[in-house]
Amino acid sequence: MINNDRSSIALSRSPIRSPSLQELDIIAEIPKEEYVLKCTSACAGCSDSLALRYVLKAAGPDTVLVVPACCTSVIQGIWPNTAFNIPVYNIAFGAAAACASGMSNAFRKAGKKTNVIVYAGDGGTLDIGIQAMSGAFERGTDFLYVCYDNEAYGNTGMQRSGATPLGAKTTTTPTGKTDFKKDIDAIIAAHDPPYQATAAAAYPQDLFKKVQKALTFRGPSFIHVLAPCPPGWRYSTEKTVEMGKLAVKSGMWVLYEREYGKVTIGAQSKVAMKKPIPLEDYLAPQGRFKGIDPKTVDILKQRIVKNLAKLAAEEAAP
Amino acid sequence: MFEIRIHSRGGQGGVTAARLLALAAIHDGKYATAAPFYGAERRGAPIVSFVRIDDKPIKIYSQIKKPDMVIVLDASVMDVVDVLQGLKGGGNVLVNSQQKKEFSGYASSNVDLTGIALREKLVVSGSPILNTPVIGALAKMGIVSVDSAKQAIREMFTDERNVKAAEAAYREMSA
Amino acid sequence: MKKIATGNKAVAEAVKQAGPDVVAAYPITPQTEIVEQVAEFVSSGELKSRYIPVESEHSAMAACIGASITGARTFTATSSHGLLYMHEMTNWAAGARLPVVMTNVNRSLGPGWNIWAEHTDALQERDTGWLQVYVSTVQEAYDATLMAFRIAEHNDVLLPVMVNLDGFLLSHIMQPLDTVELGDFIPPLTLPHAIDPKSPTGYGGLTGPDQHFKFRWDIERSMRDSVKVIDDTQKEFAKRFGRQYGFTEDYRCDDADVVVVAMGTLGKEAEVAIDLLRKEGIKAGSMRLRWLRPFPKLVLIGKEVVVIDRDYSFGRGGILATEIMAQTKEELFSVIAGIGGQEVTYEDVADFVRNRRMGTESWFGVNSNV
Repeated sequence: MINNDRSSIALSRSPIRSPSLQELDIIAEIPKEEYVLKCTSACAGCSDSLALRYVLKAAGPDTVLVVPACCTSVIQGIWPNTAFNIPVYNIAFGAAAACASGMSNAFRKAGKKTNVIVYAGDGGTLDIGIQAMSGAFERGTDFLYVCYDNEAYGNTGMQRSGATPLGAKTTTTPTGKTDFKKDIDAIIAAHDPPYQATAAAAYPQDLFKKVQKALTFRGPSFIHVLAPCPPGWRYSTEKTVEMGKLAVKSGMWVLYEREYGKVTIGAQSKVAMKKPIPLEDYLAPQGRFKGIDPKTVDILKQRIVKNLAKLAAEEAAP
Repeated sequence: MFEIRIHSRGGQGGVTAARLLALAAIHDGKYATAAPFYGAERRGAPIVSFVRIDDKPIKIYSQIKKPDMVIVLDASVMDVVDVLQGLKGGGNVLVNSQQKKEFSGYASSNVDLTGIALREKLVVSGSPILNTPVIGALAKMGIVSVDSAKQAIREMFTDERNVKAAEAAYREMSA
Repeated sequence: MKKIATGNKAVAEAVKQAGPDVVAAYPITPQTEIVEQVAEFVSSGELKSRYIPVESEHSAMAACIGASITGARTFTATSSHGLLYMHEMTNWAAGARLPVVMTNVNRSLGPGWNIWAEHTDALQERDTGWLQVYVSTVQEAYDATLMAFRIAEHNDVLLPVMVNLDGFLLSHIMQPLDTVELGDFIPPLTLPHAIDPKSPTGYGGLTGPDQHFKFRWDIERSMRDSVKVIDDTQKEFAKRFGRQYGFTEDYRCDDADVVVVAMGTLGKEAEVAIDLLRKEGIKAGSMRLRWLRPFPKLVLIGKEVVVIDRDYSFGRGGILATEIMAQTKEELFSVIAGIGGQEVTYEDVADFVRNRRMGTESWFGVNSNV
């Protein structure tokens, strides 16, 4: 079987340029250029658009965004207007990674280095888009896939997705979700991409650096961004950044990178591993966890401990 | 129009034989089509392929119901399939066999294609190749010319032993 | 040199000559030979394409869309369930005005699993905005594929084109094939709306009720304009390479009292039935419909029409019969034959004509009197 994608990876198993995060710290002047302009149609306190702002600042102007059905389809504005100062190709819900696969191949065939970035929600990534995404990663497509995760189908009014955590109420889990959040990062890791990372809209510097780094690799890379959603999670809009930080500090969300399989846990999550804040501090401000059963909270806590231990072991592995 | 039905078992090269025959007929300046009948075939199951040869373009796609000739690449197929079905009276039956078999009301000929293939060491995955030698037998019968038969074989196969096998079948075929 | 090829190989040969930049492909019987052959051409360097071995047909069309919007020439092939699986994306390709070229090897739909010829698969894509042509010989499969690229990419069209050939009957039959020296018959693709980071543009975002219909109308406008482009392309093809094609292929229709209308291989075999009927003194003709979209103006005035549908719309009728009745406003004899590869011979077609009962429908093999 011919696979041009794969051959391009084979050429560059070592990255073209792979600066460490420390090196990036020196150059992490965040550009003034804005690619998410004023007057988006985003909700107040939207962390999807906050995250995207830094993703695009890191990627720069030679970038095309591929967006499946998700909040970002709406945020960019209504035709003939767009709030994004970058080409955006909107595509059907389950088709983003496949569309990007074709686009990336066509650009490379034409000798263009244009970044192809999928910017997709959790539904379009963990659920309906997982097949196309898995295929694109397996084929070594030269692209960056960013999943901004607000843990439900936000655009349709907060129905449960594969990313909704245990116990969270959504319009289709009115008494709280009875299943665990799908570990998409482990699924991506199983595809062994050169680079993958988690990030949070609440830590834009960290996100910026990770996007910059991801784009230095040829082949597929993945960044999973926690994107708290005020109307969906039912907290007041000014708490968006705080909510992301609480998620990290409680260990519910862990910041880490996986570069050629090697895990590095982020400094903020290292702190949470040593001395996490009580999970209740993260759950209490959110209406979606209102009335959550203490037993469910205990299960969530056990999962946090287990997940952190797993990642710590992976980081410690030679 | 001259219509030929080829009986074989899946994997024996009946489809390729049909294609070679059609190609040789085209080299003779005729029109020809070769069509496998795709059933739920699998390796070893009886299958049929069709060849039509004519002086004008062929517009027919449906199966051959009344062949002018029948080719049996595997004689054991005759135990389970009525290879004479629809064969025009006096039509020819060519059987891959060491012995000549009589069919009342039909002409018959035989050639040991399997023996020829084994002699020429034309064996793929344990199966003797029958599709190239059979073209030699058909050239002997005048269905296609010798030159066109060789040309067709050389276009589809690089191994010259295929041509040698066809030549052997040409020599050895019973009248 | 005289060549012989299967329908599938002929398509692959045409694709090699058309030289798509990106091919996204997924296997399905009876189309697989096309994508295998194209893969061989890419592997050997004869075709300088990017070959994306996608994990589904939905992704095959999505990848073609993603590639096409950069201005790349794109190709894929499918059949039956594969075509239906990409249905969402076939709509997208047309709506996004992308000149994707696709071969569909017509095959029945399950259940039960039936891999043989039927047109219902492509006819379920009738309303997507794709141009559709149905071919009847290996040569025509090759010629129509070459023309498909030129027509799809013409800036008066910019709509995807589907070339349909009958499963097994045409995909796997070996027939003579004359290949051409293509020259500049297919000009380089210039996509006016190609995506360009230097000119940030949003594609396919939210479009309100005050705007959306304009884009839909624009598809129809181009569909209407495509009639001239198809006509010009077929004439140019004839001029350069000597083979004539129309929207229909008419055989002894001029003085005919009764005309058989069909698509694909059955439309070709019908010509043999016409010769048979003529010998009996029945003034019959055959009109093989080649282009289903755009639907041509059929010249059938004053003739009895027998339509053979290798397809069906449940609760309504044969799809071709319905389309033709909508245009002629005349009663016809609708025969449903060849479903799921059902064997239909020229003798059967002659019977359809002999036993025609205008204003009725008959299922071959079900209604004993056809």
